[in-house]
Amino acid sequence: MSWLVAFSPEELTAIRLSLRVAFWAMLGSLPVGIVIALMLSRGRFWGKALLNVLVYLPLVLPPVVTGYVLLLLFGRRGLIGEFLADQLGIVFAFRWTGAALACAVMGFPLLVRSIRLSIDAVDRRLEDAAGTLGANALWIFATITLPLIVPGILAGMILSFARALGEFGATITFVSNIPGETQTLPTAVYALIQTPGGDLAALRLTLVSIVISMVALFASEALIERATRRTLGF
Amino acid sequence: MLSVAVEHSLGDFRLDAAFESGGGVSALFGRSGAGKTSLVNAIAGLIRPERGRIVLDGEVLTDTTSGAFVPARCRKIGYVFQEGRLFPHLTVRQNLLYGRWFASRRGEAGEVAHVTELLGIGALLGRRPANLSGGEKQRVAIGRALLAQPRLLVMDEPLASLDEERKGEILPYIEGLRDEFAIPIVYVSHAIAEVTRLATMMVVMSEGRVAAAGPTAEIMSRIDLLPLTGRAEAGAILNTLIAGHDTAFGLTRLRAAAGELRVPSLDLPVGAALRVRIRARDVMIALEPPQGLSALNVLPGTVAEIGASDAASVEMRLDCAGEPLLARLTRRSVENLGLVPGRQVYAVIKSIAFDHQAFAGAVPALPGADAETRHA
Repeated sequence: MSWLVAFSPEELTAIRLSLRVAFWAMLGSLPVGIVIALMLSRGRFWGKALLNVLVYLPLVLPPVVTGYVLLLLFGRRGLIGEFLADQLGIVFAFRWTGAALACAVMGFPLLVRSIRLSIDAVDRRLEDAAGTLGANALWIFATITLPLIVPGILAGMILSFARALGEFGATITFVSNIPGETQTLPTAVYALIQTPGGDLAALRLTLVSIVISMVALFASEALIERATRRTLGF
Repeated sequence: MLSVAVEHSLGDFRLDAAFESGGGVSALFGRSGAGKTSLVNAIAGLIRPERGRIVLDGEVLTDTTSGAFVPARCRKIGYVFQEGRLFPHLTVRQNLLYGRWFASRRGEAGEVAHVTELLGIGALLGRRPANLSGGEKQRVAIGRALLAQPRLLVMDEPLASLDEERKGEILPYIEGLRDEFAIPIVYVSHAIAEVTRLATMMVVMSEGRVAAAGPTAEIMSRIDLLPLTGRAEAGAILNTLIAGHDTAFGLTRLRAAAGELRVPSLDLPVGAALRVRIRARDVMIALEPPQGLSALNVLPGTVAEIGASDAASVEMRLDCAGEPLLARLTRRSVENLGLVPGRQVYAVIKSIAFDHQAFAGAVPALPGADAETRHA
């Protein structure tokens, strides 16, 4: 069974990179996700329907299209990419940060949906009650709303993380498949399958993929259950 | 001093109500849907009325003419909600202390201890709301509102979600608030027993309007309001003093302006004041001072007013040495006895008609806080 555990350096790099990309994709999109979820759940403003559609678009668009749009916007000569590269020195194209961006965008609908549903479920009368006790809006959010939506936030983070681990189409379109820089687990598996004699390595990475996903899902279930119990005080 | 005048529309419902209250407990009484909750929400600043003016202790809280509107968090009005609205993710202690973070005056260190003791919630401090019974939740909600140092306490049907036993358990605590903290309370209720027991003045609401307002005893003795205050539980309130105890027979003598009453023994010192509610259905009328009758209480008086009725029974108000007394008789009896306003009569009340519901407050012996069973 030694063939199973004997990872080549390239394979280990792909695993590590995958975890890093998924982690930063999840963490980076979290604050934005909470704000957008709040706007969609509570806000009343012009263009809310449009924002809603934009957020959910990556869920229904072919990933290749999303990747291509990212390339157009964040590529070296892209609308935003050029500005970021020239002014701030931030480059997404063909970097691992670009892979994280692609994963963040693909996981964003899941993140926002999960948080939004939990905000919708918060009993606003509790917020009124906090108001009569003297709390201002910011304080009410920090001490009442936020703690009550923690399970929803956790669920959203896990979904986003899991989506990032499996993201393929947008990533390969946007940042290609460069070993050591943008080659994540799925793109590595894809490359190995294309290579003669790469079957065994592909199988190894497939198993790793399955294990990581299962651990993430189990951990999330346990985490969410604990958080729910904590918030509701059973 | 609270002065309220509010006009507000909610769908088809129209609220157009005004009242003033001094101190003590002011009850907003009326059926569900009468607009009581909307009115207190306007007072607390949870809704912005279309038109109106709300002034508390000289400070304008809402004035739609000038556009003034003090937000709820700056009003210093404690609100006890019907469903408690405890924060589920915080412990009882954290719930209690929530409003204190914002109170400008922290109060002395012993205040938390005092409030938890008064409400009998000292043993619950470490628990979460999910592990409290309905009665315990409401007591914590009252404590939470009190500890925010409010200058007015608003209670919206705080007992409505509780069964009779729990109500009886909490009422003494609310009386404790009224008597120990000199804090004015606006108390919303549709239960006449609670109102007569707690309220110094009452505002009777019906379909979004104020039907009547005034001292509780005065409102309760008005026959014309019975359709709103409720016929079945109708009864006048007498202010009495404990005159003495008849230990051999287990009776207590009460002195009212109208005369002396004998009631089942009360554990109160001679001279203590007691409000007694005498239900109209417990009062009989005699034309002569009755002889050979088992009932111990006979109050002389005159018929002051006879209500209009097509039903079998009719209510009348008697004037017993200046104090009103309500009696319900069959229309047949009224005719047989030839009762008309001005007629001299004798009101007869059985002593055992005075049950726990008849005494408005003052009856001591707080029920044990531990008597309550926890919901599993």
